[in-house]
Amino acid sequence: MRARYVPQRGINLDYLMWLFTRISGVGIVVLALIGLGAAMYMGARLQMDLPTVLRWTFFPNPNHVVNSNVPDVTLGWANAFWQIMQFLIIVFAFTHAANGLRMIVEDYVGHTFWQPFIRALFALLLIGMVIVGIYVVIGSAY
Amino acid sequence: MAYGKYTGFKGWLYKGSTPYINFALHRLTAMGIILFVGVHVAASFSMQQTLGTWGTTINIIYESWWFQIAVIFCVLFHTLNGLRVVILDIWPQLLKYSRETVYLQWAVFIPIYLLTIFILVMNGFGGSA
Repeated sequence: MRARYVPQRGINLDYLMWLFTRISGVGIVVLALIGLGAAMYMGARLQMDLPTVLRWTFFPNPNHVVNSNVPDVTLGWANAFWQIMQFLIIVFAFTHAANGLRMIVEDYVGHTFWQPFIRALFALLLIGMVIVGIYVVIGSAY
Repeated sequence: MAYGKYTGFKGWLYKGSTPYINFALHRLTAMGIILFVGVHVAASFSMQQTLGTWGTTINIIYESWWFQIAVIFCVLFHTLNGLRVVILDIWPQLLKYSRETVYLQWAVFIPIYLLTIFILVMNGFGGSA
């Protein structure tokens, strides 16, 4: 049994990620509400079923709703505004997730020799997921 | 949890009760969402590159109405509990009512979740999901 490690007060990684978790959490809710509103405006009554609405809500990508009955999926669905929304939700969600997983793992692992490697692993996972996400955002149909 | 202090199964019986159950559920639903989204991204990527692979199988399971019941639980609970935590962090004077905020959260969660399950099950058996 060793003494509990207490970080310095002030601005450090844990404080910044604590703040980021709150901001990104509220940000994801706001982005999802904008996506939900837009999906309902654009065709939830007739052309889209519930899973399609949810797919647009959480990742507003034209390829994500390609099997819906929206007549022209590119009309109002694929433009720079929605690309920025996709990019924001990818960065917010994956960073929120990677940091959350890091916190859960470090609660059980503690400050050991392996901590920097665990952090590096989560950073690599985050970078990989963001690259895949940006590939999908840029490579989607117009 | 303190380093080296293994609580094991009895940790789940810790008498923090109501807010502790939310804390544990927040972590469990977080890991559920990460598992779901991570596998879904990999499956969709595989589906995009090659049609009719394991990715298609996994996404068909993911889009089925009975699987949505678990997904909606994770997403809705994690969202509402996260908002509750944010509100308690912004106004710490509410912390003495943390148990009541949990009751309020369940009061919001249960009607929305039951209505969603009702619609999912009705559509699932009715044919059009």
